[in-house]
Amino acid sequence: MARANKSAPAPSESPNATETKSMAKKKPESSDDSALRLSLLREMLLMRRFEERTAEAYALGKIGGFCHLYIGQEAVGAGAISVLRPDDYVITSYRDHGQALARGITPRSVMAELFGRIDGCSKGKGGSMHLFDRNTNFLGGHGIVAGHIPIATGVGFAIKYRGGDQVCLCFFGEAAVNNGAFHEALNMAALWQLPVVYLVENNRYGMGTALERASSVNDIAERACSYDMPNEVVDGQDVIAVREAVTRAVARARGENTPTLIEVRTYRFMGHSMSDAVSGTYRSKEELDEYMKRDPIAVLRAQMEQRGEWSDDKMAAIDDEVRAIVEDAWNFADESPEPPLEALTEDVYVDTTSDTDTGVAAAGER
Amino acid sequence: MAIITYRDALNQALREEMQRDDRVFIMGEEVAVYQGAYKVSKGLLQEFGEMRVVDTPITELGFAGVGVGAAMVGLRPIIEFMTWNFALLALDQVVNAAAKMLSMSGGQFNIPIVFRGPNGAALQLSAQHSQSWESWLAHIPGLKVVAPGTPYDAKGLLKSAIRDDNPVMFLEGEMLYNIKGEVPEGEYTIPLGKAQVKREGDHVTIISYGKMINVANQAADILAKDGIRAEVIDLLTLRPIDTETIIASVKKTNRAVVVEEGWEICGMGAQIVDYVQRDCFDDLDAPVLRVHQVDVPMPYAKNLERAAKPDAQKTVAAVRQVLYLD
Repeated sequence: MARANKSAPAPSESPNATETKSMAKKKPESSDDSALRLSLLREMLLMRRFEERTAEAYALGKIGGFCHLYIGQEAVGAGAISVLRPDDYVITSYRDHGQALARGITPRSVMAELFGRIDGCSKGKGGSMHLFDRNTNFLGGHGIVAGHIPIATGVGFAIKYRGGDQVCLCFFGEAAVNNGAFHEALNMAALWQLPVVYLVENNRYGMGTALERASSVNDIAERACSYDMPNEVVDGQDVIAVREAVTRAVARARGENTPTLIEVRTYRFMGHSMSDAVSGTYRSKEELDEYMKRDPIAVLRAQMEQRGEWSDDKMAAIDDEVRAIVEDAWNFADESPEPPLEALTEDVYVDTTSDTDTGVAAAGER
Repeated sequence: MAIITYRDALNQALREEMQRDDRVFIMGEEVAVYQGAYKVSKGLLQEFGEMRVVDTPITELGFAGVGVGAAMVGLRPIIEFMTWNFALLALDQVVNAAAKMLSMSGGQFNIPIVFRGPNGAALQLSAQHSQSWESWLAHIPGLKVVAPGTPYDAKGLLKSAIRDDNPVMFLEGEMLYNIKGEVPEGEYTIPLGKAQVKREGDHVTIISYGKMINVANQAADILAKDGIRAEVIDLLTLRPIDTETIIASVKKTNRAVVVEEGWEICGMGAQIVDYVQRDCFDDLDAPVLRVHQVDVPMPYAKNLERAAKPDAQKTVAAVRQVLYLD
């Protein structure tokens, strides 16, 4: 494929857009209305309460394996995904619970997946790191650092191939930018002008290794210059700022088939996974305390207070509501059966071909 | 029936399947403007255009991943590796993404993709360009692995591979592209997962696949001059493997030799011997022997390379040994 013309082609209507199930939640329309802020606040609170209960369930042994919490980074997933249309695509790494919820996968099916139960969004086969949902075009949770970035490029290729106007939003951590897969993927996306938004969640640490100890370039967004790709740095604790940056990138992708690299500067308030101390080894308590002053929920709260949109009673009601949703998800997951043993050998192969046009093969055409 | 090369048989399969289904595209190094490093994709750019015949940078991991992503959302990519030696750089996408997506998504996302290219040694390409990876690939649940050795099989199997809704690894060979054989004009496909008895016999079973099926046939010709009737089984698909055809033949001949291009340790032959010992233990009149590459990185020098490769003479010697003739 020759390097694409950078002038904007006429956007064509996605032939499959109408087939996509409508999202359960209403998506906010504009960055500056109070309903939007309220909706994003609720979204972030849901993630926060969900992850707090996830940590408890892990401690109780109800969740096993590796488990990576999103606490502290909620504004990134909530703000970015709020920009998308239902027929757009989302793909991410293994720290995927918050993004899955923001995309509209039900808390019940996410929690059931974490519990390894049949009603999980991946039927108990994927676990915490591999949340998938075809109904919301959530293309996974992927466990190999940077491994899913070329896949996002491929989704962008498919969109362009079909003449659609969807966008693929790809999340990954800052440690992934030192991996060859990142460079190979961004080079092709820029070369071929594909509608992909690459969003780096720079939470400062790749597991326990600080950015400065791993990357020769500390401003991650500058990496995009290697590919002549538009780029931007944004405050990841400010959900509105994230939303606005992603809105610009999505517009470039949808209208001009131009990819963007967005560096979102954030911080995780918990350990890398469930096994490391929150602070004390690779980062200090003082540093953690400093960053926690910019809790994304508190940042949005301050913005709402400034506008006179905050009331303790209203917020308490929302918190009660999301806690009840999470409680319901826990109970649902707890009661959901383990996968039957027959499931062990299922879903390794499909027995369809392009001639049979049934099952997942047919569903693949969207 | 037309006599055409293995290369042209593959080219016909690609062209026919791209005409048949506009979700099918081919992507890889030099597949478009250069017309294919081995000319397998010759003429496709002119017929289908640059969106469906896509030259990539030299970025195997990257474009393998692009294929997986495109397949995930409904396209049917054919990813050409200039050789499978270079595909090592892409194995994360093959193994961790293509092979596992269906399972780890609980059956939601299948990956209808073909990864194809020449596998194994050619002539004097030395160590890094002369490797046979079929046992690595066949080890992975979620992948299908196909290795045709004739033009007829190459065309029919490639068409089936492109239509299959699973990831299919399609192993060709530089030394196969120029071989000629009969290929019918009309539409046909060959099912994946079925072996063929290429030659009937009752003294010994020679089990092989891919490029080595031609070695097996040569050996059978030589053996026939001494009155030894070898049955030659072409596996065609290495995963899922057709054990029934193997077992039925060994139960008839009571002796078997496996010919494979790769190294001995954990090679395909080891797996085949396991199937045979499980199901034919009481039928065997001799231990099953294997013919394979000598356990060294492939040397450059012509004489050393020849000594390292499996060939008809080594196969004949192994057959004579299981027949207790030598």
